[in-house]
Amino acid sequence: MNIKEYLKQNILYLDGGMGTLLQARGLEAGELPERWNLSHADVITDIHRAYFDAGCNVVNTNTFGANSLKFSDDELEAIICAAIKNARRAAKESCGEQPKWVALDIGPTGRMLKPYGDLDFEDAVAVFAKTVRLGVRYGADLVLIETMNDSYESKAALLAAKENCDLPVFVSNAYGEDGKLMTGATPAAMVAMLEGMGADAIGVNCSLGPKALAPVVDEYLKCASVPVILKPNAGLPRAVSGVTVFDVDSVEFAKEVTELVRRGVRVVGGCCGTTPEYIAAVVEKTKNIQPTRIQNKSVTCVSSYTHAVTFSDAPVLIGERINPTGKKKFKEALRAHDMDYILKEGIAEEEAGVHILDVNVGLPEIDEKKMLVEAVCALQAVTALPLQIDTSDASAMEAALRRYNGKAMINSVNGKQESMDSVFPLAKKYGGVVVALTLDESGIPASAEGRLAVAEKILAEAKKYGIEKKDIIFDPLAMTVSADKNAATQTLKAIRLIRERLGCHTSLGVSNVSFGLPARDVVNGAFFTLALGEGMSAAIMNPYSQEMMKAYRAYLALAGLDDNCAEYIEFASNIHTPDTVPVPISDKPTAEDFASELGRAISKGLREQAAEITSAMLDSVAPLDIVQNEIIPALDRVGVGFENKTVYLPQLLMSAEAAKAAFEVIKSNMSGDKGADRCEFILATVKGDIHDIGKNIVKLILENYGFSVVDLGRDTPPEAIVEETVKRHAPIVGLSALMTTTVPAMEETIKQLRTHAPWCKVIVGGAVLTAEYAAAIGADRYARDAMEAVRYAEEIERELVK
Amino acid sequence: MELAVFTKFYDSPPVCREEVLRYAGVRECTSELDGLVDECILLASGRTAFKVCYCELLVSVCGDEVAMGCIKVTSKSLAKNLVGCDRAVIFAATVGIELDRLVARYSSVSPAKALILQAVGAERIECLCDTFNAEIAKERKTRPRFSPGYGDFPLEAQREIFALLDCPRRIGLTLNDSLLMSPTKSVTAVIGISAK
Repeated sequence: MNIKEYLKQNILYLDGGMGTLLQARGLEAGELPERWNLSHADVITDIHRAYFDAGCNVVNTNTFGANSLKFSDDELEAIICAAIKNARRAAKESCGEQPKWVALDIGPTGRMLKPYGDLDFEDAVAVFAKTVRLGVRYGADLVLIETMNDSYESKAALLAAKENCDLPVFVSNAYGEDGKLMTGATPAAMVAMLEGMGADAIGVNCSLGPKALAPVVDEYLKCASVPVILKPNAGLPRAVSGVTVFDVDSVEFAKEVTELVRRGVRVVGGCCGTTPEYIAAVVEKTKNIQPTRIQNKSVTCVSSYTHAVTFSDAPVLIGERINPTGKKKFKEALRAHDMDYILKEGIAEEEAGVHILDVNVGLPEIDEKKMLVEAVCALQAVTALPLQIDTSDASAMEAALRRYNGKAMINSVNGKQESMDSVFPLAKKYGGVVVALTLDESGIPASAEGRLAVAEKILAEAKKYGIEKKDIIFDPLAMTVSADKNAATQTLKAIRLIRERLGCHTSLGVSNVSFGLPARDVVNGAFFTLALGEGMSAAIMNPYSQEMMKAYRAYLALAGLDDNCAEYIEFASNIHTPDTVPVPISDKPTAEDFASELGRAISKGLREQAAEITSAMLDSVAPLDIVQNEIIPALDRVGVGFENKTVYLPQLLMSAEAAKAAFEVIKSNMSGDKGADRCEFILATVKGDIHDIGKNIVKLILENYGFSVVDLGRDTPPEAIVEETVKRHAPIVGLSALMTTTVPAMEETIKQLRTHAPWCKVIVGGAVLTAEYAAAIGADRYARDAMEAVRYAEEIERELVK
Repeated sequence: MELAVFTKFYDSPPVCREEVLRYAGVRECTSELDGLVDECILLASGRTAFKVCYCELLVSVCGDEVAMGCIKVTSKSLAKNLVGCDRAVIFAATVGIELDRLVARYSSVSPAKALILQAVGAERIECLCDTFNAEIAKERKTRPRFSPGYGDFPLEAQREIFALLDCPRRIGLTLNDSLLMSPTKSVTAVIGISAK
């Protein structure tokens, strides 16, 4: 019988603990239990049989850690083959007339994925894929991915299963006492991602007993539209005369599990500390319960590695600033591959209050696919906001969706057949909420009814792929009101029609409406309010626009979505009205007025002040004079103080940041005349090392002193460093390593640099290095701190000039 | 004997400012710096976990050869540390991945903040180790905790400690190929317990 069919009508029973039973049968500490499939086949079969005898429908093969990171290919195949055979034999030899299945059990790799660990996402997918293919070859009936405590690794495993088999796939995660995964995901976030990717059942196992897991289970039951799994521990372990015992016995366990089955759990079993006795007790107590019908929750939501954002009453703000269109500096940053620029933009939008970040990095002259993947990975490493991936290039979209840690927003599809043919398969495979523009081969319908018709067509096509309407958000397109006086009213009407007739959410790129008009912000804010009034659920917008934020905050208060208007009051206290702006000084200021002020702001590390003073100074003082007479001397004073140990590192950095803020003001005011650029300095943390704070400090200080730093990031292979050095003919390379274990990588990098870039000087630094050690691995110089690196760079530069 | 590994979670106690400044290498504080430290402590609050997993093992020392349960290590300094001990607690502790994310977030926006957050992390993990250590030392006479990498206690022992304690599953702590731990603000160590 098909397990998915069976699950529709019945409660499905999984097995209980394996590890504790194996230890009781003599498995030694540190011994790999998967080998027992071969060496102790009878023991394993016995345990499986006892679970079937207890009434299980599914036993999980003893393959928790059976992956190619732990075993050679040959041994892995032998283990998985034997494991499935043991489970099959147990099914045949056991009593009980219940339907029986064998699940290929897949546990986590035990490694952290990049960027916080060293396992690449695609490598993780490949590891799981190998195990899945062997499971299929030897006849598993389904795949159970379990005990995953990281959302990204869960995604890798589920993707591997989906790409390598047609079997049902169940995914179960391990939650901590705080109700989150170790890496931060909430149940709602996991439900969004796993359902989006097509898991057949999802839920929780391990960590805690049934009672402690109940809040997490309730969250699953609230959000999930697929059967929910519960496989808890027998409570918490404690030591009784050197033996581990768990504090929940089988009777209590069955009672607590039964309560959760009554609330709607459909797949039950046990984890650590549970035995066939526990499962038998659960089966006995729940077998006569009429299973709850599983309801489609119709929730529209996207997720990040931490949380889900749901589209319902409160409008969702989608930040539009990560987009090069019309932004000269953004384009320059993309061409220069300045990822920090993109990160800063994203963080600033987050701080301005958006809920989702739109990410568009398309420029004709760059490799969009590569850049988009990099930007998505870099952003999701530092912000908890879900991302909206914005590209018209289907291959870039797929690559980015693949790497995205959660359920993304997909921007966009439209009613053209070609668009739907390329976007819907991706949405189906990777999950996601698709933004659908109401236009097609014949263009944008002028009337609201016309746009509704396109929306209906898009829904019908999505249905063919099994994409539900909850995963489509329509953008009925804001048109320019200065070109057509009815443009805004038709769009507003379309919002209402789509909401009322189709029951779908809507979103708009609001600012298009005001194109060609003066004081666009005023029109945008008003249009935004009107659209929200028509029931619009989300907007792609500029969060730095006061008018937009005013409209948003006021709407929340007026729509009953802001208790006691508390958020509005908080927001209003920060609104700058014209009379609160400081009155400009009547006389034109002179350089002397600011001389000490800017210097003081920099040496005290006051960022905002340094920027403000600088921009005021620019009215009367030449940019380069500010740099030469103010910023550099102030920095130097702090630098010398640091060298003399009267100023400490955090203060040096605060000053450097203040100086940088001043520089940035000056840069944005200078056209072309950049002053003399200093030489290029290549900087990297070596392969295997993921610590980069020291490197970042050196980078900031070098930049302050005007060096043009090419930052290759962390965990950088020697070949990449050599390639960049040769390409730029860079005179200096700075390498950083924190651990003794990564110094060999540093030595190897130097060796390769000597062969391929004999002209360049290599300066090294990092916690474990000393001048002697640096000399021993062939570096030209050791720098104890950032200032030493600056002094050395200046030295090299002087020699170059000679 | 069956091996019993346990997991412990603590509520994280208040951050000690003086320690944070010490880890940041600051001896005299200015008011601007004070403000930065306050801000960083606030940023990190609620984003640190206090998690430990541990087990107790029988110890035997013979010359430089140290055997702790299934873990066998050749180390003069560890042998010296464990003189007179018949048991030892091996533990792994972490304050979690969120702090790494915070540091990464600010390293592109504000290296000064990243540096202070790094120092907050150092203070947090030491505080966690001290909390756990104090519990072990409450009723028994213990030796100072000793980590792989101290003296000649080889870093390679990390692999065995991780296998023994099942750190990824219990506290979300992982080891990479270069023997670096993720989350970075983590510690593994041995606490010797004197026979008498």
